[in-house]
Amino acid sequence: MTHWFPIGISTYAGEIDRLFYIILFITGLIFVLVQGALLYFAFKYRHVEGRKAFHIHGDMRVEAIWTAIPFLIVVYIALASIGPWLRIRDYDRFPPAELEVEVTAKQFEWNVTYPGPDGSLGTGDDFVRRNQLHLPVGRVVHVHLSAEDVIHSFFLPEFRVKQDAVPGLRLPVWFEAMETGTYTLGCAELCGMGHYRMRGTVTVHEAAAFDSWLQSSGETAFADGDDDDARVAAAAGTPQHDEHSGH
Amino acid sequence: MDHAAALPLDSQRPEPGAGVYNMKLGMWVFLLSEVMFFTSLIGAYIILRFAHPTAFAEPGVVLNVPLTALNTFILICSSVTMVKAFAAIQQGDQRRLKQWLLATAGIGAMFLGVQAFEYYKLVGHGFVPNVANYAAEGEPLYGATFYTMTGFHGAHVAIGVLSLLFVSWRAFRGKYTAQSYGGVEIVGLYWHFVDLVWIILFTIVYLM
Amino acid sequence: MQSTAPMMDAPLHWAGHDEPQSFLRRYIFSTDHKIIGIQFLFMSLFFLLVGGILAGIMRWQLGYPGQPLPASGMLPETMVVDGIILPEFYNSAVTMHGTIMVFFAIMPLLVGVFANYLIPLQIGAPDMAFPKLNMLSFWTAVPAGFIMLAGFFVPGGHAAAGWTSYPPLSAIPEYSGVDLGQRLWLISLIILGFSSLMGAVNYITTVINMRAPGMSLFRMPLATWSLFITAHLVLLAIPILTGALIMLLFDQTIGTSFFRADQGGSPLLWQHLFWFFGHPEVYILILPAMGFVSEIIAAGSRKPIFGYHAMVIAIAAIGFLGWIVWGHHMFQSGMNPALGAAFMGTTMVIAVPSAIKVFNWLATMWRGDLHFHVPMLNAVAFVAMFVIGGLSGVFVASTPVDIYLHDTYFVVAHIHYVLFGGSLFALFGAITFWYPKMFGRMMSEGLGKVHFWLTMLFFNATFFPMHQVGIGGMMRRIYDPLQYEYMQPMAPTNRFITIAALLLIATQLIFAFNFIWSMFRGAKAEANPWRANSLEWVVPSPPPHGNFTEMPHVYRGPYEYSLPDEAEDYMPQNVPPGVPRPSSTPVHAG
Repeated sequence: MTHWFPIGISTYAGEIDRLFYIILFITGLIFVLVQGALLYFAFKYRHVEGRKAFHIHGDMRVEAIWTAIPFLIVVYIALASIGPWLRIRDYDRFPPAELEVEVTAKQFEWNVTYPGPDGSLGTGDDFVRRNQLHLPVGRVVHVHLSAEDVIHSFFLPEFRVKQDAVPGLRLPVWFEAMETGTYTLGCAELCGMGHYRMRGTVTVHEAAAFDSWLQSSGETAFADGDDDDARVAAAAGTPQHDEHSGH
Repeated sequence: MDHAAALPLDSQRPEPGAGVYNMKLGMWVFLLSEVMFFTSLIGAYIILRFAHPTAFAEPGVVLNVPLTALNTFILICSSVTMVKAFAAIQQGDQRRLKQWLLATAGIGAMFLGVQAFEYYKLVGHGFVPNVANYAAEGEPLYGATFYTMTGFHGAHVAIGVLSLLFVSWRAFRGKYTAQSYGGVEIVGLYWHFVDLVWIILFTIVYLM
Repeated sequence: MQSTAPMMDAPLHWAGHDEPQSFLRRYIFSTDHKIIGIQFLFMSLFFLLVGGILAGIMRWQLGYPGQPLPASGMLPETMVVDGIILPEFYNSAVTMHGTIMVFFAIMPLLVGVFANYLIPLQIGAPDMAFPKLNMLSFWTAVPAGFIMLAGFFVPGGHAAAGWTSYPPLSAIPEYSGVDLGQRLWLISLIILGFSSLMGAVNYITTVINMRAPGMSLFRMPLATWSLFITAHLVLLAIPILTGALIMLLFDQTIGTSFFRADQGGSPLLWQHLFWFFGHPEVYILILPAMGFVSEIIAAGSRKPIFGYHAMVIAIAAIGFLGWIVWGHHMFQSGMNPALGAAFMGTTMVIAVPSAIKVFNWLATMWRGDLHFHVPMLNAVAFVAMFVIGGLSGVFVASTPVDIYLHDTYFVVAHIHYVLFGGSLFALFGAITFWYPKMFGRMMSEGLGKVHFWLTMLFFNATFFPMHQVGIGGMMRRIYDPLQYEYMQPMAPTNRFITIAALLLIATQLIFAFNFIWSMFRGAKAEANPWRANSLEWVVPSPPPHGNFTEMPHVYRGPYEYSLPDEAEDYMPQNVPPGVPRPSSTPVHAG
């Protein structure tokens, strides 16, 4: 098996993967039973001279059974899904932020605004890095996601994070990394000619290392070669109230 | 599943079906699709308006409510004349059929004329579909939604007027009788529908 | 009740009362539902080919990025440079593959062809309620097709914002790089919508009002039932799309801002409108296929469809529930999560009627007398492949799992298992099954079997691995996956998929050859080669204009196969009870 989930490194990646495996087990079982029955019937009841088909129009009892059982199964899966969904998406249930960043998607790059040494987003010492998402391990991060031009989608595969970035909306996303390392940021919504190359790098640092990086406004060695060191700070203005519900 | 057919076994008529003739059933079915079409336009308007209430002027500020109220009355009158045309052919009255059909077409054309005049005035004041010179963010929505909804309604009225003229022409050629008046009935159904859509539009767009 | 009022309907013209017609009136501007159905057939098969070629181009780029596309010398420099597909053209190919397959291939094949061809025959009518409107329906689709093709030849290239055409990308040429192409796309679909609408009005009126005596609603074949319900979906969903397309066209051309966030509009509004149409649309793309599969499996098993009433209710339930699940395409869109949870609920529930149908097909085969001729092979494959497609849908129906799988190749796998594994296999079966009735000849059984087995093999080889690369995180609509380090190891799998896809496309040449060759050299077909029960099989192959020489009378449902006290294992709907029948030739092939 060459491809499977990339290793999950966020606190809720495990929940999502677990749900996937539950569904895989259930659907896998159904698959085996149904295809098995199909192949068995195809073989056992193939035409042979002299045998006539059994004339029957139906059976209400059997209909009731194979209506009720699938219904119960899907209801179970839906109920099992609600908890994780609300925990991940419901703004009122977000754990309090230990770091807030602004991510603005545009053709074809991700501009990440960090709070700067004062630790507050929306103040004069904010700084922007292009296609570089630096994060501290073990801390809850809130991302305020928006788009300048067209719809993009903020995709962190290893974090199991995905949220469309929509022009006109400022959407909240939260996650917490559990492992240091380098990970992927990709765009998961067709956004034009350069959609395929709209990728960024996610670097999860040890907490102390991240703090000192933030203090020096990203001027240390972590800042990468193709980085744009534009200090678009105060021009970002005061953060608007998050629109955490679209239509 | 074998039950006795309701019709005698040698019947030469189809199963009862809807109990109305094909053209009438077809028109009703078609009008259902029109409901969905106007729903998409009006639905878009309602959603955009709830999201940006300040982008839409208060009733009467931009649009001419009294004139359009009069126009609404005019359109309703045309529905009355349509009913009279239909009643006429059901009685076999050819003369009144022609009169009332032409009256309906004429009053419908009057509605279009008044609407064209209203559009002319609005454009003169700078209120256009892509109006961008109003103050607050979202102003373009008002023009966009107004012209799209009323414009497509107007297009439906225009098609209705042409259909009425076509049916009138057929009436003058004596194609309708008290036994066969399908064309009159279905153009009437369409016309009443267009009138009903206008009443809804007028209420939502002009009065709210 | 019977209308005692004046008779408004035109008298019915049964077979044998024809005046001679010119070639133009008879075959080009025909009002005969059978000819119109065949016209849709030729048009749609052509577009199926175009859609397939576009898929081949896409797969070439994904399997062999940076390698010259064979035979690309004739393509302009705006599409291909030194044989290398440009990203702009790739995005167009993605968009147009989806658009053409959905709107110009699958939908007209299922509805334009078979609703037209089958409905009057199966209900015992001489033609549709509105034959002239029917002709107009086809001749409106043709210009729509030309306009859609024209988009390939204009400056800026064809639409490139996906078949879903999300604004602002689709609304603003500066962002997409496409101007005229995107507009032609919109205009073409608006016009096509009128064609579909005219058809829907005809199908619904005909089924309600023109059934032969004895053909009660619950004696109609499931093919007619599924087409009837599908027609309601077309009737009510297409106008929503039309409204949305018009608003997007206005945004593009006259500067309105329905969907432009920079001027107060809402990109999400488009998504809601599009998917409110779009979800019923995908049921339009599967329900008729399910109907055809029921006909073929019953006839191929020599056995009544198990649970006929449940099958009808399931079709209706799918049709109804299909209206309240659209938000599941928008779970990650920024939509309110509570709304997302509600849509998850309805989406999970809609799996149930589909499951019911699968079980009923299995139960039909159980203790049957199975003849695996080409239509039966394809119909049974439909069940197997649709089950896979349906089960993969359960994953993405779960909102948290969808967070990861949305817009990955897992969804592409799901889509193609239901649309190709489902609808297209059903269509191969249906075309083979009704071909003798349409053209008076049998398709070659041998070629049909080769085509079937190779298609099964290459189809699964192409699309099953897509589940995997999707789980690996490969996004949709991505010109060069190698830009992402984590997707580089997927290159061999993508190459494998590409090879399988190209072989799959090549295999369809067998079907095309069979289709054309059999028209001239196929064995002459009798009226009822499959020994089936519905009314189309009691008239000659092909049927005359007017179908029946006189109004048929119906005495039973369409699935009275293998009646215990009968020598024959089938009993057509119009055979009066107690009448002795001459024995017929054995069912064809198997």
